Amino acid sequence: MNLKMKLFSYNQVNTPIHRLSGFTKLLCFLLLTFAVMFSYDIRVILGVMAFSFLILKISKIKFSQIRLMVIYVLIFLVTNAIISFFFSQEQGVSIYGTRHEFANLFGHIKLTWEQLFYQVTKFFKYASVVPLGMIFLLTTNPSEFASSINGVGVNFKAAFAVALTLRYFPDIQMDYHDISQAQQARGLDLSHKAKFFDRFKNALMIIIPLIFSSLDRIELISNAMDLRGFGKSKTRTWYTSKKLTRLDFLAIVVSILIFIITIYISTFINHSRFYNPFI
Amino acid sequence: MNKEAIIEFQNFSFQYHSQAEPTLHDINLKIYPGEKILIVGPSGSGKSTIGYCLNGLIPFAYKGEIKGNLSIKGMETRKKNIFELSKMVGTVLQDSDGQFVGLTVGEDIAFALENDNISNPVMHERVKSVAQMVDMDTLLTSSPFELSGGQKQRTSLAGVMIDDVDILLFDEPLANLDPATGKTAIEIIDDIHKNSGKTIVIIEHRLEDVLHRDIDRIIVINDGRIIADLGADELVSSLILKENGIREPLYVTALKYAGVIVNKEMHPGHITTLRTDLCKEALKTWQKTIIVEDNKEIRPSILKMENISFSYDGIRPILENITFNLNEGEMVSIVGKNGAGKSTLSKLLCGFEKEDQGTIMYCGKDIRDKTIKERAEIIGVVMQNPNQMISKAMIYDEIALGLRLRNITEDQIAERVEKVLKVCGLAPFKEWPISALSYGQKKRVTIASILVLDPKILILDEPTAGQDFRHYTEIMKFLMEINKLGVTVILITHDMHLMLEYTPRAIVLTDGKMIADTLASVVLTDSKVIEEANLKETSLFNLAHLAGIENGTEFVQGFIDYETGLRNL
Repeated sequence: MNLKMKLFSYNQVNTPIHRLSGFTKLLCFLLLTFAVMFSYDIRVILGVMAFSFLILKISKIKFSQIRLMVIYVLIFLVTNAIISFFFSQEQGVSIYGTRHEFANLFGHIKLTWEQLFYQVTKFFKYASVVPLGMIFLLTTNPSEFASSINGVGVNFKAAFAVALTLRYFPDIQMDYHDISQAQQARGLDLSHKAKFFDRFKNALMIIIPLIFSSLDRIELISNAMDLRGFGKSKTRTWYTSKKLTRLDFLAIVVSILIFIITIYISTFINHSRFYNPFI
Repeated sequence: MNKEAIIEFQNFSFQYHSQAEPTLHDINLKIYPGEKILIVGPSGSGKSTIGYCLNGLIPFAYKGEIKGNLSIKGMETRKKNIFELSKMVGTVLQDSDGQFVGLTVGEDIAFALENDNISNPVMHERVKSVAQMVDMDTLLTSSPFELSGGQKQRTSLAGVMIDDVDILLFDEPLANLDPATGKTAIEIIDDIHKNSGKTIVIIEHRLEDVLHRDIDRIIVINDGRIIADLGADELVSSLILKENGIREPLYVTALKYAGVIVNKEMHPGHITTLRTDLCKEALKTWQKTIIVEDNKEIRPSILKMENISFSYDGIRPILENITFNLNEGEMVSIVGKNGAGKSTLSKLLCGFEKEDQGTIMYCGKDIRDKTIKERAEIIGVVMQNPNQMISKAMIYDEIALGLRLRNITEDQIAERVEKVLKVCGLAPFKEWPISALSYGQKKRVTIASILVLDPKILILDEPTAGQDFRHYTEIMKFLMEINKLGVTVILITHDMHLMLEYTPRAIVLTDGKMIADTLASVVLTDSKVIEEANLKETSLFNLAHLAGIENGTEFVQGFIDYETGLRNL
């Protein structure tokens, strides 16, 4: 059980990336994400991607920790690519202004280099956000994250809700597990053999007790928080907030540089958000 | 005392908006600075409501009508809000897991400071010094999942002490703790009281455990009124406890059985102050008169675990080489500290988890290949919190659920449900919605919903947790009746009284190993087992020792036999 819980959550390792403050990581994440989202230049995108793989390596994240997420994202991206191809097969042509057919798929559907290049660019563009997101999620202490989003102006109650959700998620998960076992003992069939409507009814047998036991939990936690003064003033400080160090400034400067380079390449070299190798 | 009271209730009454009757009637109570007060009372007596009034949850979170006055440090609480009150009264709630708001110990302790906008460096320093007071300073970065129940409670305590409050309020501090940890908790509270001079108010119904250390006064509440306001010696020697459904210390019960007239002069408040010279002879004479009815017929084996080992991750063993045998119609306790593997053992029996090694035999047959659903017809399990099991609105439907899922005809279902309703004393409530039931009644519904499947073995996880003495006795009597009908009962429990009085045999687990499987009286008098498994020796044993009775174990067993004799009359 414990192992499973650690799978997709913050774990404490001492690396330079873990030492950065949550604020820095949020800012860098936003800058780099914005850079790859803005640019359709595959050189920039691959550059940022390579950079994020380097960071992934520095932060000692193991592939096993992110495997599930990577698989989901790949499935999503491939589906997305296929669907968007069938919806507009000439998107690349209209963007790059030339047309080089190189294959005939079936019927009157033709494959052009422009379309292929456009879709490959788009694929990597989205794919490059994934390692950035993973790094952010896996190296940021949730409470510290709450303190950093509070630091950039998000209401502290909303910010705290994030940390609290993460605190109680494993508890609720465990409740779910226990309830489901107890109900299976009473004869609940959770397998695929049951009919759809029955499965829906059966799910209620777990969800209703889960809701009631969670309500007990919520009453208790809100009392505990009231009794210790949560929400008495409009602001609050955070035990986990970190002072910005030189490392933080370095990280921010590097991210800003990457961001500026992206904008610079688009504006002054490509004169467009797209890089056009066809002319 | 001519000092100014720190807490003063004057003709104080309170009625929840959701209730038809007031919960507190005309309370008049003065508590002075530096006192250590215990408030006892059965469930629903209003003792928790008094706590809510002190810490401001009433009227902040629970609305209702207040009459009369309550002042704390000379200030009328009606004019204060919960935040101002929390600076004077620090509350440690009973569920130390549920009130853990931080992701780590340090964060949790700092919570009140964060809300006060204390700067980060100051906060870290203060957290460290308060954590030192409760011995948690080396665990500041641990998450709640890595802590024991006692450590979580220490964290909660540090979290309220960080505000330097004058009054500490403990709401059922012993609930959910194993016996040894509960004993330590009482010692910690006492040390804080002695070292800091803070006013301490403890709300608890487990009188004997709290009386492990000194208490200045005990306030008995029942039906929303103050019944008594006495010292421990006077209270224990009076009839008040019995009349109000509060369990008297076990050694006092033993004295009464021995025909000793317990009075104030014997100082019976604490076992350590008891003047045993006044009752020695009576005890010795009584012990000799106990007749043991030896009618042990050997029943066939119903359940056998052989060399069972289990681990969740293949690295850390949860259970190692567990072997025991249960005979038909037995009633046994499984005891041991949190995380010793007790719940895992029941999960293996029900087939929720699969053992890595060993065999489980039911009536001599290996049940390895039986599914969860099939095993449920032999071994039923009742979870601790009834809210975790109830999924229907009506009692009848809830009990019928397991049968309906097994496609039994409605006629047969009706017959079996009726029968179980009768056995469980729920027949008058047949048409009731579950929401109208009390906690204890809900518990019965969950037991009924398992019994209806007609299991031969029933496993109950903490069947009496959070129950006062009357409900506890009711539930246990009910389980005895079921047991007499031939159902083998396994109780997983922290309650030493329960084990001693209701289950002749106890299986003790520590760190996944079985360290004892013997008579309850032997377990609770064996200092080695007690220490390893975080148990607490029974005060009966201490009594025997103090009275100069050589064989304490025999004395304890004599007490059990005597009580069994009384029950069978």
